[in-house]
Amino acid sequence: MDQVKLTIDKREVVVPKGTTILKAAATIGIHIPTLCYFELKGMNITNKPGGCRICVVEVEGRRNLAPACVTEVMEGMVVKTNSVRVYNARRTVLELILSDHPADCLVCAKSGDCELQDLAIRFGVREIPFQGEMSTYQLETSPSIIRDNNKCIMCRRCELVCNEFQTVGALSAVDRGFQAVVTTAFNQKMSHSPCTFCGQCVAVCPVGALTEVDNTPRVMRAIANDKKTVVVQVAPAVRVALGEEFGMKPGSIVTGKLTTALRELGFDYVFDTDWSADLTIMEEGTELIDRLTRHLNGDKTVKLPLLTSCCPAWVNFFEHNFPDLKDIPSSAKSPQQMFGAIAKTYFADKIGVKREDLIVVSVMPCLAKKYECAREEFIIDGNPDVDFSITTRELAHMIKQANLDFETLEETDFDSPLGESTGAAVIFGTTGGVIEAACRTAVEVITKKPLDRIDFEELRGLEGIRAATIDVDGFPLKIGIAHGLSNARKLLEQIQRGESDFHAIEVMACPGGCINGGGQPLNHGDAEIIKARWAALYEADRNFPVRKSHENQSVMTLYKEFLGEPCGHKSHELLHTHYFDKQKVIEIKAD
Amino acid sequence: MSSIKIQISQNTRSKIEEICKSYNYEQGELINVLHKTQEYLGYLPAEAQEVIAKEMNIPTAKVYGVVSFYSFFTMVPKGRFPISICMGTACYVRGAEKILDEFKKQLGLSVGETAPDGLFSLASLRCVGACGLAPVVLVGEKVYGRLATDDVKGIIDEYKNSADVI
Ligand code: SF4
Ligand code: SF4
Ligand code: SF4
Ligand code: FES
Ligand code: FES
Repeated sequence: MDQVKLTIDKREVVVPKGTTILKAAATIGIHIPTLCYFELKGMNITNKPGGCRICVVEVEGRRNLAPACVTEVMEGMVVKTNSVRVYNARRTVLELILSDHPADCLVCAKSGDCELQDLAIRFGVREIPFQGEMSTYQLETSPSIIRDNNKCIMCRRCELVCNEFQTVGALSAVDRGFQAVVTTAFNQKMSHSPCTFCGQCVAVCPVGALTEVDNTPRVMRAIANDKKTVVVQVAPAVRVALGEEFGMKPGSIVTGKLTTALRELGFDYVFDTDWSADLTIMEEGTELIDRLTRHLNGDKTVKLPLLTSCCPAWVNFFEHNFPDLKDIPSSAKSPQQMFGAIAKTYFADKIGVKREDLIVVSVMPCLAKKYECAREEFIIDGNPDVDFSITTRELAHMIKQANLDFETLEETDFDSPLGESTGAAVIFGTTGGVIEAACRTAVEVITKKPLDRIDFEELRGLEGIRAATIDVDGFPLKIGIAHGLSNARKLLEQIQRGESDFHAIEVMACPGGCINGGGQPLNHGDAEIIKARWAALYEADRNFPVRKSHENQSVMTLYKEFLGEPCGHKSHELLHTHYFDKQKVIEIKAD
Repeated sequence: MSSIKIQISQNTRSKIEEICKSYNYEQGELINVLHKTQEYLGYLPAEAQEVIAKEMNIPTAKVYGVVSFYSFFTMVPKGRFPISICMGTACYVRGAEKILDEFKKQLGLSVGETAPDGLFSLASLRCVGACGLAPVVLVGEKVYGRLATDDVKGIIDEYKNSADVI
């Protein structure tokens, strides 16, 4: 590749042709401030509209300042990133943004994690000289997300993620000039839009314009109520990310501290969504084996590929965009909902507590889970299977409020019986993990002999679409994997065209899977954080003595004592669901 | 968990489909499609945008983004008596802005708005080619020239009265 030599702040740098000034500077430790720019390396997410101009630098011989995030280096270029002229320009940009930004940092959900606030601190802004008109948009709340357009700085990151990466198209820049914001069609409620509640727009929003619905007050009220027994379940991806909120390095596995913290917070039973992930594999795996066997026996009514169904944003996506395919996804509920259904029947009976006196809380890396527990079919007589879902970030806030020194907490185990799990369950938290867990069980059940290997390396990785063929006693089992709904869309279109030869496809909506869900600690564009969490999940898997879902003894007991057999009558009633056609309908009305 | 329903008349729907087809459903032609639809309907109601979005395979939010970005698109139907003030150079120099302000004041409307009773709507235009008469105001097809702010009330009353008669 052609190399280019240039000077930045009197230092020489050599970088490949096509590099931006921003990245060239970063290679020598010069960090030019950015705001609208956002990149998640290797995930196909790059937002550089060059719009905010906070990143301007001086380029010798050019009259105008150049935005470093979009300007490519040139041979012999002389760049100054810290001249007085640059300072002044940046300060003006910042002050203009602040002049139309509510200065309510003290009570803002993003406070402490806001990129605009960081810049104001970095620049030492002490007053806002331009006192302009302020926007006055209504706050909008959906089951998962709160939108405060008054705080929108028009970086358009959310628009990019929602349109390009997710191909959902719920958000767009609208209006112009002072009025311009990113919002839904006709500024409608998000629940009126095709939004999947994946929360990736929240994850990339640099400010408090997009935030999650905060359920922690309700959880604390439930804990404080003596009449209620409060059970908590924790999703796999939470344990490899929560530590970051307490300054621990990305990829720290904090399972043991997490359970202690939850007990300190006052939960009566600390259980694990990994337990119900194993249960999911029993159900989904059985469904896969069943469909596959019937298919191989020539049953033409069987639909393949089987699509995984544990990501509620993905479920939402196919309900909105591919309702014609709604009978191919597995009917298995997500682990969160399976847990709720079992907790409020089997477990409630076991401890002699009435359904309405048992509160189920979930800690999730995800915003779609908040929406999911509010879906009508998961509510029985007004009582939801899962009462409240909180994110990894919300849990961190609760722990901080409770004066716990997270890093020094003692390590403990999950409670029994819904706390036991396997290595297969913990990898649910990343792209490829669910299908690997399913393969570990399905292959062993089909071949009726122990697996000769547990690690299906061919299913792992972070590329957007992956394919692998697994040998099952001579039968080539074809697996597809997609993360990011744009990638899922490609695989679904293949199916519609009749060109898909996969037997099973795993889909997760978020880039990287749940490890980088909309409820996780913010990555601020650092893809290394995601890789560290990813590696940590596989490490956690290796550390388990049991690594196959069908060897989870507690799940086996559940079948013996309560459910009967996988995909049996009781399972169907409690652990399976169905999907809806949510495509907008255009009706003809009389003139 | 039912899906969202949008209602539109058969005629409108067929017309929009025809327009989209005439542009070969090319996403780059969205602005032209919107123009033609507005020409036909007089405005671009949300339902029409939904149909266009579906036909052209563009997210509704994007269609709305374009409609809200350009001032020549409107989402409100024009009034029975659409009032347009020319803001071309000649008219501007001769005080069109003052005339516009007077209309705004008298009607309680901003540019692009329609009165709740549907009688009047207010819009601004580029040069209408009657510079000799500047400043110029159009009410529907009718041209009023050489206007002063004092004339504004008279024009409004003229239409108010005619509406009462009908
Ligand atoms: S939650 Fe996901 S689908 Fe919904 S607006 Fe945000 S990015 Fe788009
Ligand atoms: S809502 Fe947030 S991410 Fe979207 S444009 Fe506004 S500031 Fe940027
Ligand atoms: S990938 Fe995981 S975190 Fe993201 S929406 Fe799906 S279930 Fe939630
Ligand atoms: S960060 Fe470069 S223009 Fe916004
Ligand atoms: S400028 Fe008004 S008619 Fe020409």
